[in-house]
Amino acid sequence: MMAGRTGPELVLFVDRIGCDGYGTCAELLPEMITLDEWGYPIMRRDPIPTHLLPYARKAVDSCPVLALRLADPGRVTIGVAPVRTPAVQPAAVGVRSRRDTKPLRTGR
Amino acid sequence: MSDQILWFATRGAGTVSTIMLTASVCLGLVTVGRFQAAGWPRFFNMELHRRVSLLAVVFLVVHVLTAILDPFTKLGIAAALVPLASTYRPVPVALGVVSMYLFIAVIVTSLLRQRVGQRAWRLIHWSSYLMWPTAILHGVFAGTDAFSVWMLVVDAVCLGAVAMSLAWRIDAGSPNRDSLASVVAASSWRPAGRRDGR
Amino acid sequence: MNRRILAGPSLAGGAESLDAHRERLGPLPGRMDSRELIATLERSGLLGRGGAGFPVGRKWASVASRAEGQAVVLANGAEGEPLSAKDRILMATRPHLVLDGIELAAAAVGAHRIVVYVGSEHQDAKRAMSRAVAERRNARRGRRTAAGPGVGSGAGSAIPMRLIAAPVGYASGEESAAVHFVNEGDARPVTVPPRPYERGVAGRPTLVQNVESLANAALIARFGDAWYREAGLGETKGTALITVTGAPQSGLTEIELGTTIGEVARLCGIESPRPVMLGGYFGGWLAGEAAWPMALDPVSLRAAGSAFGAGVVSFLEPGACGVVTTARVMDFMAGSSAAQCGPCVFGLRAIADASARVARGRGRQDDTRRIVGWIESIAGRGACRLPDGTIGFMASALRVFRDEFDSHQNHRRCTAPHGEGRAA
Repeated sequence: MMAGRTGPELVLFVDRIGCDGYGTCAELLPEMITLDEWGYPIMRRDPIPTHLLPYARKAVDSCPVLALRLADPGRVTIGVAPVRTPAVQPAAVGVRSRRDTKPLRTGR
Repeated sequence: MSDQILWFATRGAGTVSTIMLTASVCLGLVTVGRFQAAGWPRFFNMELHRRVSLLAVVFLVVHVLTAILDPFTKLGIAAALVPLASTYRPVPVALGVVSMYLFIAVIVTSLLRQRVGQRAWRLIHWSSYLMWPTAILHGVFAGTDAFSVWMLVVDAVCLGAVAMSLAWRIDAGSPNRDSLASVVAASSWRPAGRRDGR
Repeated sequence: MNRRILAGPSLAGGAESLDAHRERLGPLPGRMDSRELIATLERSGLLGRGGAGFPVGRKWASVASRAEGQAVVLANGAEGEPLSAKDRILMATRPHLVLDGIELAAAAVGAHRIVVYVGSEHQDAKRAMSRAVAERRNARRGRRTAAGPGVGSGAGSAIPMRLIAAPVGYASGEESAAVHFVNEGDARPVTVPPRPYERGVAGRPTLVQNVESLANAALIARFGDAWYREAGLGETKGTALITVTGAPQSGLTEIELGTTIGEVARLCGIESPRPVMLGGYFGGWLAGEAAWPMALDPVSLRAAGSAFGAGVVSFLEPGACGVVTTARVMDFMAGSSAAQCGPCVFGLRAIADASARVARGRGRQDDTRRIVGWIESIAGRGACRLPDGTIGFMASALRVFRDEFDSHQNHRRCTAPHGEGRAA
């Protein structure tokens, strides 16, 4: 994942388990990385602009635990689960079913 | 004078190398401890640590080369590369050789950090805790200036600086990672309620 | 027609024996080509029942293509979701149906090892499964199998099978956590590739499949994909096990996919709409009026922004307080974090603390607003899906119980008749 090329786009990728909130990345690339109130990075997910690439590489190099990387957006899922907003669905007709019940112990 | 120049260079470079190494160790310690102050962002620690270490390499090279090449010392290459091969104060010189090798390992793995990987890099970097005292001891026992006033002052300052940095580092701890488990284990629901879904 | 997995003797009767199982369902078809079986599963449209809903046939195919005879099948019955009981009850009462599915999977993907991953606190399930494994071993010794090579000789395969007890914890049933535990004794999810289907247990391609999915596969192998698709009222076909709580007749039920929440409520003794939690702690609240006509179908629920998940339908009991319930769930989820990522650990704890304060009527000025801020901040910044699911749950609570939160926060009053959050 160490990028040495120009051309294909690169995005910031952080190893969330390795990240320990040092914050040097945000100091070196404030245009794309900010810190939350606990010191952990919030990164912009869009590709890194060309003029910021050198700073991005510096930021990657500055991470004491090598948690920050530059990655090909196609190879990395930077997923975020959308916060769900339920909508109403038209009803489907159900069929009554027999079933056994077993009293449940709720919770732990 | 000219035949003494190598001798002075060896001692001088050795001393400067020790000072650089000490500065590097201190900076490394405060990097982990996340030192920062007004006008001193965190990335300064790491950047300076790296640059000072590379400077130390330069002075170390000068120190070793001039020591080997100096006809007065009668040290051959073997003495610089093989511990205990020196005829002059074999053990103290050997300490220097060991320290040098550890230093080389640390430098090489650090330059190739992205390729070597975090775990291997970290393991080797820990040997700095051995490398630095070995270098200091080498200076004290192999060097001929050890008990001159200025050298004593330099040694004292180096020891003091590392001691302070170490104490600061231990106190700072690893603020985030250490507390993760305890934050998870805490309960928001006092008195200690059942952790259930109702 | 709806009782397919749960067909057979009453669940209260405990584990079904091997003989009774064989007599009721007949043997597994002999000489079934593994590719044929996988194609049948794909045609059936069977979706995984562990919560992710991934197509089962496709999953088996991707492991089979990499296996080279060295794959591993991990039957996942860890069931970390506290409100769900389907997997443990299934294993406790129909162990042989699950074992059929496991052996089919092992033969189909070319596995040389099987792991059965059961929650350590689920004693009935553990006992039933290990007894069933022993039953099969004895049957194998005592008889000569007539069936030849191919899937499902009916007498049980000789592939080494190990029962492993999963540690207590919400995330221990997650796919990568299960593999991680089997490999290294650490039941925390990992995000570093490769995924289990590429390299999992002992570095081999591993099929991690929920036990209910395996039970379904065992039925499809016998009766075919057309039979499977006869049930189901909407886009998704088949039946599913759901765990209902908070109703007069709570418990485990098998429904046709597409049955509405309202219909389930009526079956369980609830007459009028009330708030319901769908998908367990990883899902979200739905307001009664909105929920009642919603079909329990993974595809339509996802389109509606909700999720079928592990099939948990949790009604808010009459008189209970949604704010208090939510706060307790948040506390539990914050405590379930694997403690690996800062935003999850600190963020979920902050939300849990704030919602506990609000629930007790001691909310600070902007607690609710700060919760919304934390929800936006934490999204997508954990290594696994736990923080995302949890903040989704919290967001749904803020929507469904908006008035109640407002009352707790600004007026320090709980509007629920038996609400524990009655403030001073």
